Amino acid sequence: MSNTKFILGVYEDEDILLSAITNIRTAGVKIHEVYSPFPVHGIDDVLGYKRSKLSIVAFLFGVLGTSLALTMQIGMMGVDWPMIIGGKDFIPYPSFVPVIFELTVLLAAYGMCFTFFIVSDLKPWAKPRIFDLRITDDKHVMAIDLDQNKIDVAKIDQILKDNGASEVNKKTFDEA
Amino acid sequence: MTTVEEKYDFSAKAKKNLLITIGIGIALTVLGIVLMSTGGHHEEAAHEGEHAFSWINRLGVDIWINNIYFTGIAIVGVFFFALQYAAQAGWSAGIKRIPLAFGSWLPIAGILMLVSFFVFGHDLFHWTHHGLYDTTSHEFDSIINAKKAYFFWPLSEHPSTPVFFIARMLFFFGLWYYLFTKLRKLAFQEDLEGGTASWYNMRKLSAVFLIIFAVTSSIAAWDWVMSIDTHWFSTMFGWYVFASWWVTTLALITFITIHLKEKGLLSIVNENHLHDIGKFVFAFSVFWTYIWFSQFLLIYYANIPEETIYFVERWNNDQYGIIFFVNLFLNFVLPFLLLMPRDAKRHTAILKVVTPIVIFGHWIDFYLMITPGTLKENGGYGLVEFGTMLIYGGAFLYVVLNSLSKAPLFAKNDPMLDESLHHHVQ
Repeated sequence: MSNTKFILGVYEDEDILLSAITNIRTAGVKIHEVYSPFPVHGIDDVLGYKRSKLSIVAFLFGVLGTSLALTMQIGMMGVDWPMIIGGKDFIPYPSFVPVIFELTVLLAAYGMCFTFFIVSDLKPWAKPRIFDLRITDDKHVMAIDLDQNKIDVAKIDQILKDNGASEVNKKTFDEA
Repeated sequence: MTTVEEKYDFSAKAKKNLLITIGIGIALTVLGIVLMSTGGHHEEAAHEGEHAFSWINRLGVDIWINNIYFTGIAIVGVFFFALQYAAQAGWSAGIKRIPLAFGSWLPIAGILMLVSFFVFGHDLFHWTHHGLYDTTSHEFDSIINAKKAYFFWPLSEHPSTPVFFIARMLFFFGLWYYLFTKLRKLAFQEDLEGGTASWYNMRKLSAVFLIIFAVTSSIAAWDWVMSIDTHWFSTMFGWYVFASWWVTTLALITFITIHLKEKGLLSIVNENHLHDIGKFVFAFSVFWTYIWFSQFLLIYYANIPEETIYFVERWNNDQYGIIFFVNLFLNFVLPFLLLMPRDAKRHTAILKVVTPIVIFGHWIDFYLMITPGTLKENGGYGLVEFGTMLIYGGAFLYVVLNSLSKAPLFAKNDPMLDESLHHHVQ
């Protein structure tokens, strides 16, 4: 559809990166994403990311699993084909607990995983945007989307360099 | 690293409040006893061949519940401390002194338990009745007779004094207290000398303690709690008692941490540390439920009479049936749902509600382990139960807070302190 242009600031050290993010954001530059080879503590906070709602999804899928397990077992054991097993009631709730637990965990886990895949647009035929191969090795890369920023390119370059970037690169993705 | 040494001031006001709590407890207990002995229980007394029920039995049972409950908190406090060293945990550096102080209750707990065994043991434990081992007696019980060596060795031929049982009790308390004092000595030595030598010594000693505790805590649970229902047994029981003690202790550590933070102390403990200890309370409430249910489901499903009797006495019972469900509600449903959101563990508001619920809930759990087996239909819940709980709780907190005020609140030379200061959880 269009070309997306990015300016990439390459950082060597996570402490410099964290202070750079704060300074760059206060200068009014919008950051598209920061890529790093390992989890950096506190990076969500300085990037201003809101907490993920994935845990709510997990809870809801868990509740779905609980209800499904209850409905299934009551339906099978109590309604469809009642049998006397070990002198218990037709609907012996304590015996249902292991199945309730398993289905709750199963649906919460799978529901959360697939929601994450869909929200993150992860699919087998997805074409990944690789900003810089070194983000899997030893460099942190801050990507700034030029379409989202009205600031002059040269000025963004300067801000990045002032805040400790070891390199500033440009990258364009042709997207169909 | 700028950390100022902090000390807890056990103020005269706090002391007075705890003494008043103990006073109210004594008043309620006495009132409960007076009401009971003037109440309607006289007529029911003395069926043939049975002991007459009197308020002394009920008082003895309540004292025994508190003995078990608070001994557990004391020794599991030391267990928490040792665990941090054995696991080389860094996050907990700021709060480790709180569970360490719980151990100061151990010598008192040991004396109380020994004395109350001699005073109330005969009412509490069915196996203390001599007729069970006498083939000529109508009370003779071949099952218990086969187990007599566990209590009476080396006097099993003529069971009179439970030597082995008392020896185990003395040995456990002695060993626990010895290891606790050694750990505490090393901890204070670190304050004076610095360096990492004390930390390495504590780690070694902690590993030894954990192995000893794994065995002794299980045997203690069989001896002091499970042997009440002498015919009945459960291979899960040591774990079950430990799980209950463990989650109570975690909740109490959390509660005291919040209390100290509200007093402006423990400046190095922030919401990240609270989040972790809150996760502990949440996770081990679920763990307790898991152990509880694992014990319950097998007995329920297999439906063997000598096993199901335990739950018949507790669940299919007008007196205890309600408490059976209260127990599950307080110790599983409430902490599970209330502590699930992330913010509930990071802010004090919900933790301050849930931790007392868990602490009280597990008292109920021990009540359910001990009362139905000892008092049967004569059991109840009222002023005596509440009163003895207040006496023990007040005394326990008095001893623990007094011990806490004797030393700095956190170890300034702890090699893990720096890691704890930078602790951050998502």
